[in-house]
Amino acid sequence: MSEVFTKSMARNIYYGGSVFFILLFLALTFDTMGTLPKQDNRAAITPQVALGKKVWEENDCIGCHTLLGEGAYFAPELGNVYKRFGNSTEAIKAFIKSRPVNGVPGRRSMPQFNLSDEELEALAQFLKYSSEINTQNWPPNIQG
Amino acid sequence: MKYSSQAVAKLYFMAAIGLFVGQILFGLVLGLQYVIGDFLFPAIPFNVARMVHTNLLIVWLLFGFMGAAYYLVPEEAERELYSPKLAVALFWIFLVAGALTILGYLLVPYAGLAQMTGNDLLPTMGREFLEQPTITKIGIVIVALGFLFNVGMTILTGRKTVITMVLLTGLTGLAVLFLFSFYNPDNLVLDKYYWWWVVHLWVEGVWELILGSILAFVLIKVTGVDREVIEKWLYVIIAMTLITGIIGTGHHYFWIGTPGYWQWLGSVFSALEPIPFFMMTVFAFNMVNKRRLNHPNKAAVLWAEGTAVMAFLGAGVWGFMHTLAPVNYYTHGTQITAAHGHMAFYGAYVMIVLTIISYAWPIMRGEKAANKRAQVVEMWAFWLMTVSMVFITLFLTGAGVLQTWLQRYTDTPLPFMEVQAKIAPFYWMREVAGLVFMIGLALYVYSFFAKGESSGDATPV
Repeated sequence: MSEVFTKSMARNIYYGGSVFFILLFLALTFDTMGTLPKQDNRAAITPQVALGKKVWEENDCIGCHTLLGEGAYFAPELGNVYKRFGNSTEAIKAFIKSRPVNGVPGRRSMPQFNLSDEELEALAQFLKYSSEINTQNWPPNIQG
Repeated sequence: MKYSSQAVAKLYFMAAIGLFVGQILFGLVLGLQYVIGDFLFPAIPFNVARMVHTNLLIVWLLFGFMGAAYYLVPEEAERELYSPKLAVALFWIFLVAGALTILGYLLVPYAGLAQMTGNDLLPTMGREFLEQPTITKIGIVIVALGFLFNVGMTILTGRKTVITMVLLTGLTGLAVLFLFSFYNPDNLVLDKYYWWWVVHLWVEGVWELILGSILAFVLIKVTGVDREVIEKWLYVIIAMTLITGIIGTGHHYFWIGTPGYWQWLGSVFSALEPIPFFMMTVFAFNMVNKRRLNHPNKAAVLWAEGTAVMAFLGAGVWGFMHTLAPVNYYTHGTQITAAHGHMAFYGAYVMIVLTIISYAWPIMRGEKAANKRAQVVEMWAFWLMTVSMVFITLFLTGAGVLQTWLQRYTDTPLPFMEVQAKIAPFYWMREVAGLVFMIGLALYVYSFFAKGESSGDATPV
């Protein structure tokens, strides 16, 4: 780089630029926090949904599935599974319950997690809540 | 080696390479599970193998960063490390905690591990990359604080250089941002919003500061170019990193329940994120061209140039490919993301750690550079690993394009599992490329033991 552009100029861009964009990011975060109640479906977060999120986490579901597109890419997207299963928590519960312990020969299969009825219902309610978050129309179609 | 306390880096580098081998073995298991769905089922289900694969990666890169800091900080600060004993103690704490966590993943069902480690008290588990039991997370914080104290005291009581100040900023950011891993609200949108403050602001923020300072250090050493020139470049590169990368976080806020304006902000700023990586490439090649000495460690120079190129391709080009919101609408959470993730992590972070190991290891053994034959083996390892990673990325990209088309883009979208069956040939090819990577890694490990003729001393250009 030329002699006109000195090291102290470079340093000033680094400090000035970083501080400016950190502050901008914090301001945007503040605005987002104010907007979220209108679109993140928080009214639906009952103690049951909260329990469902804990069941989701404590069985590491994200290790195979995506949820709102984030996670692993080994198994289907679940942010809209409630809708894909015909707006039915019963169908979700039946699917999870029916997984064979030893899998399916040669194929991917979800493990049998032996969830209690309470946990199953909570997990299904959590997935219903997730499907009703305003995600700017993502995913593009029902297949997730 | 100028200061005897730099030698603690050896321990860290050995652990890093050992865990790297483990990471790749589990990568091969995962690749096979993609095509033979019941491979090792139900003993090691996919999610468990994936946790091991990604967590080993994070842990060995952290070992690599810490080793790099212990090596370069005394030399830059022109004094012995503040406390070599603390560095050794923290090494063993981190290694044992890491090993226990990985064994926990493999030997206990995850829900059981959550119960055993008291996840009820402060639930932080079960989120991607942050799967560690809460107690392990607390351990990571303690190790990070002890490490920062040790390195910080060395830097602040010694000669302060741009390299060490940038490194210290990056490492402090790493530790501070990790604290967000303890925030896990019931609200999924909030959870995801702040989860990215760990994940994105690490890899597209503070880790790049660490990367930049290690690269700058090695380039000063192997090219003999004036420090003033290199430090100016370092400032400009990290300035661009933070100017683009902080608001660039917005490219993760497109579809998770956050306001629509993030689609504009995230697209525009993350489209600029390749710039610092491109500058890094220009920087590395420029410095090598302007070199004032021919360093006998040709392998280290190759790794340094390779880091710059592959980080630009993996993080810059493959990131840009799917970062614009209208494109990401279709590609979000597909194999395109996996393709980008693989090459970006390899190019930026795996390669920078291997660069500093390549440069520092022979010196810690009392030589200027490894012997000629060992360097040839190491360069073979470089090409095998790098080229096979390019192919892994290309095959995953092929899989991702088809997946996006069949499952998302057509008027008659197919279900996920049907699409997976159709794209299986790409997964098979990815697994073959993964085996070549493993061969490259085996050669890399062998290069530390290869005997041969001395490669001599540095000569002026």
